[in-house]
Amino acid sequence: MTEKNQNWEPWEVFIQPGQGAPHEHAGNVHASDAEMALQNARDLFARRGKVLSIWVVPARMITASSPSDSGPFFDPADDKAYRHPKFYTVPKGVRGV
Amino acid sequence: MDDQTKLREFEARILNGELIEPKDWMPERYRKQLIRMISQHAHSEVIGMLPEGNWITRAPNLRRKISLLAKVQDEAGHGLYLYSAAETLGADRNSLINQLLDGLAKYSSIFNYPTLTWADIGIIGWFVDGAAIVNQTMLAKCSYGPYARANLRICKEENFHKKQGYEIIVTLAQGTEEQRKMAQDSVNRWWWPTLMMFGPPDGQSPNSEELMRWKIKLYSKDELRQRFIDLTIPQAKAVNLNIPDPDLRFNEKSGNWETGSIDWDEFFRVIKGYGPMNRQRIEARRNADKNGQWVRAADDAWAEKQRLKPNEMAGS
Repeated sequence: MTEKNQNWEPWEVFIQPGQGAPHEHAGNVHASDAEMALQNARDLFARRGKVLSIWVVPARMITASSPSDSGPFFDPADDKAYRHPKFYTVPKGVRGV
Repeated sequence: MDDQTKLREFEARILNGELIEPKDWMPERYRKQLIRMISQHAHSEVIGMLPEGNWITRAPNLRRKISLLAKVQDEAGHGLYLYSAAETLGADRNSLINQLLDGLAKYSSIFNYPTLTWADIGIIGWFVDGAAIVNQTMLAKCSYGPYARANLRICKEENFHKKQGYEIIVTLAQGTEEQRKMAQDSVNRWWWPTLMMFGPPDGQSPNSEELMRWKIKLYSKDELRQRFIDLTIPQAKAVNLNIPDPDLRFNEKSGNWETGSIDWDEFFRVIKGYGPMNRQRIEARRNADKNGQWVRAADDAWAEKQRLKPNEMAGS
């Protein structure tokens, strides 16, 4: 029977798949510390292809918005047409604005 | 909002092609079915390393050996992607692994057959991974986000697995008479068990209706099996290998290859634990777990020591 190790926990893994690309969530690994999390993440998510950099963070350190509140939570952004260029008019024939 | 309303909204989202994410509301049955399926899938990847691991030290040359090593390592990776996906549903990884070690969990019936010759390594890549790709390509489009994404990642790697397996078989099939016989013998032993991998025929699968309604599965077992058969037979013909089925015939009307009947008694025997290798597979996993215990304990003790050090970053 496999035992439970008190210091093992899930770490979320973010990889940068190419030069200039943002880090993207790839999945998670189990590890007892940051160094092991980084090595496990390399073995699991960077076996082939170009990975330039990896970030790992303990899953418990991530605070996420809740899907049940996503309506009211993101509401304020829904009705602000003036944040988009289409809201504004320019005289006919004027270019490059 | 009551559960009936939530269920209606959930099913409307699924019909609409939306993906369900871990923190979204979902029916308990959906969660249970997914944990069952994903953990069985994870166990299959892990157990699947054993029949192939059997040949790593005896690969015929270095090229074959590095391929096989890389492939077996990929299978371990697939197991980990899948255990992670199961955890997003609230399953505990240790409990899942213990169910496997205690012989309580199911895994793919195919891995309870022995790899008797080198040709079997080719056949596992060509047939077994070929069948797995058909299944996983569907699962990469399933309604549960983390499982769909895990399968997408898996499919990208499986293509190399299938191709290296077919290359092994082609080499043997075009080799000496003895090599050709070895390839044919392997086809003979693995063809029917591979068809059984997709599971019992439609109408005998108790979970299918629910799984398809919730788009955990998009096609039935018979549909997937047919797709595999139609893909594989021309590949066998291309290298003059015979499919061991006297009833096999091409149906001009449907455009499908029709096979003789599958021995489902054999399938249920193997699933219930009476296949040729069931006992050895679990035994090998138990030994691996036991032999790794001191490493995990040492690591845990070291991490604990770092954690208790005052005013220092752990691991720095």
